[in-house]
Amino acid sequence: MEPIIETKKLTHTYSAGTPFEHNALTEVDFCAYPGEYLGVIGHTGSGKSTLIQHLNGLLKPTAGEVCFQGEDIWAVKGRARQVRFQVGLVFQYPEYQLFEETVYKDIAFGPTNMKLDKKEIDRRVRTSAEFAGLSDDLLQVSPFELSGGQKRRAAIAGVIAMEPSVLILDEPTAGLDPVGREEILDNIRQYHNAKNATVILVSHSMEEVARTVDRITVVNDGILPMTGTPAEVFAHDRELREMGLDVPQVTQVFRALRERGIDLPSVYTVEDAVRVLRQRLEAAPC
Amino acid sequence: MAKNLIEFQDVSFAYEEGATVLEHYNLEIAAGSFVAILGHNGCGKSTAAKLMNGILVPTQGKVLVDGIDTADEDTLLEVRRRVGMVFQNPDNQIVSNVVEEDVAFALENLGVPPEEIRRRVDEALAMVGMTEYTTHAPHLLSGGQKQRIAIAGVIAMQPACIVLDEPTAMLDPVGRREVLSTLTQLNRELGITVVLITHHMDEAAQAQRLVVMQDGVIRKDAPPREVFQDVEGMAEMGLTVPETIQLLDGLRKAGIDVPLEGLSVEECADELYELMKK
Repeated sequence: MEPIIETKKLTHTYSAGTPFEHNALTEVDFCAYPGEYLGVIGHTGSGKSTLIQHLNGLLKPTAGEVCFQGEDIWAVKGRARQVRFQVGLVFQYPEYQLFEETVYKDIAFGPTNMKLDKKEIDRRVRTSAEFAGLSDDLLQVSPFELSGGQKRRAAIAGVIAMEPSVLILDEPTAGLDPVGREEILDNIRQYHNAKNATVILVSHSMEEVARTVDRITVVNDGILPMTGTPAEVFAHDRELREMGLDVPQVTQVFRALRERGIDLPSVYTVEDAVRVLRQRLEAAPC
Repeated sequence: MAKNLIEFQDVSFAYEEGATVLEHYNLEIAAGSFVAILGHNGCGKSTAAKLMNGILVPTQGKVLVDGIDTADEDTLLEVRRRVGMVFQNPDNQIVSNVVEEDVAFALENLGVPPEEIRRRVDEALAMVGMTEYTTHAPHLLSGGQKQRIAIAGVIAMQPACIVLDEPTAMLDPVGRREVLSTLTQLNRELGITVVLITHHMDEAAQAQRLVVMQDGVIRKDAPPREVFQDVEGMAEMGLTVPETIQLLDGLRKAGIDVPLEGLSVEECADELYELMKK
C-alpha cells in the first residue's frame, strides 16, 4: 500500500548558524498508511512535535521531503496550505486556542477558510460537534463558558470540521480524568471508523497507546529507532526505558514473572494478560 | 498522634457567580505525610489545593495551616512560607533565564542574605538532582527537569509542605518518574509533607494515604492499597485502578482466587508467582 503521508530523509535544524544549532530531526523516513491508527511515542524533546509539525506543513524541512499522497508538499507554491485542510493537527492543550464568540463560530473557522458554502459549513459544524461529543445546545454558548473537557472537545471539533483524511492529535487526553480520556478516545475512534481516516496519536501514556493503535513509531533523539505493532515495540522494554519511555504495567508484570522462570509471552493490554493467565491457570491440574 | 499541618474545618467554597464547589468539607493533613488526592475533572480537588495556601479563602468555615487561619491577611506570608505550590504547566512557573536565579527568585524577594540564598539554592538543586544544570537556561530543559526546578524553587523556601496540582500531566514517562521519586525522597528524607493531586492511578498508588473526591465531597480516605481494592466503586466515580489491580480483578472475576493486593508491579508479580508455581 502507498503511504498517505511520508517523510523522506527529513532533517530539521533549529537555531541554524548560532551556538545553539542542533538537529531536531536527522534524515527521518516516516510513513503513515491510509486508514491506519498510528501511535507516536517519544520523550519530551525527542523530536516528535517537530515531526508532526512537518506533516501538515507548519514547519519547512531543512533538508529532505514531506510527501502527501506521494507528492512533495513544498514542490509547488501554495500546496502546503492546501495540505493543511487534508492533514488536521490538534495541538496539545488545544482549549487555549479557542477564540470566537460562540462554539459554533469557533468550529466553523476552518470550513469557512476552506471557502465552503454556508449549508456545507453548517453540516460540518454539526457533524463534527457530534463526533467530538458536544451536544447541540452548547453550539451557541461562548467557548469560555465551557468546562475544560468541553473546551478540548470544541477544539477537536474545529479540526474535524475540515474533514481531514489524516487527523493528528498531540496528547489529546493530557490532564483529563479516566472517563474523560476514554470518551475522547472513543470519539476519535468513531471519526477514524466513519471516515476511514488515518489517525496519528501522540501520547505519553504507554497504556493508552497499547490498547488504541494498530502500529507504533518511536521517536528518539531525532531519529525513528523502532516501528511496529504494539506487541513488537513493547517487547523492547529495556531499550524503551533507556529512551525515557516505558511499557504498560501489565507488560512489566509479565516480564517480572518471566524473570522468575515462568514461561509467558509478552502482553501489553490487561485483556490479553487476563486471557493468557486464565488459560494457564485453568489448564493446570489443581 | 501526629499534629495536623493543614486542617479544613467545615469549609464551603463557591467561586463568584458559580455553583458551590465544596460544601462542609473537612480534611486534615498530618505533618510529614504523603497524601494523594484523586477525583474526576471538576470534583473540586484543585480548589481544595488552592485553599491550602491561601490562594483562595473559604466562603465559610476555616482552613488552618500550622494553626494559622489562611483568611487572615496579616499572616498570609506565614502561610505561604509553610505551604508551597507547584502547578501543572512548568512553562508558566519559570521566571528567570538561568536555573539558579529561578530557584533564588522568591528568596531574593524575601530579602534573605546572599550567602544564605546561595546555600539554600545549592541545597535545593541537589535535592531535586539538578545541580549540574545550575547555570543552564530553563527553557532548554525537558518538562520533567523544569518541574524539578519549580520544586527546587519551592524547597528553597524551606516549607513544611508542598502541594502539587497535577505536576506530571504534561510530562513523559521519565519526567513522571523523576518528579515522583523526587517527591518520595523529599517526604522520606526531609520529612516534608506532600499533597499530590493527580489523574494517574499509578502515582496515587505511591502515596501513604489516598483521598478520593467526587462532586466536592470526600468519598474515600484510606491507604491506596485499600482504596484500589474497590474496583467497582472507583469505576462508579469515573475513576479507574492501576493495571496491576485490573489484572488481578480480571482473574478473580474468572473465578481464580487471588487477593487484590498486588499494587506495585513487584507485588503483583509476587502474587501471580505464588499462584503459578503450584
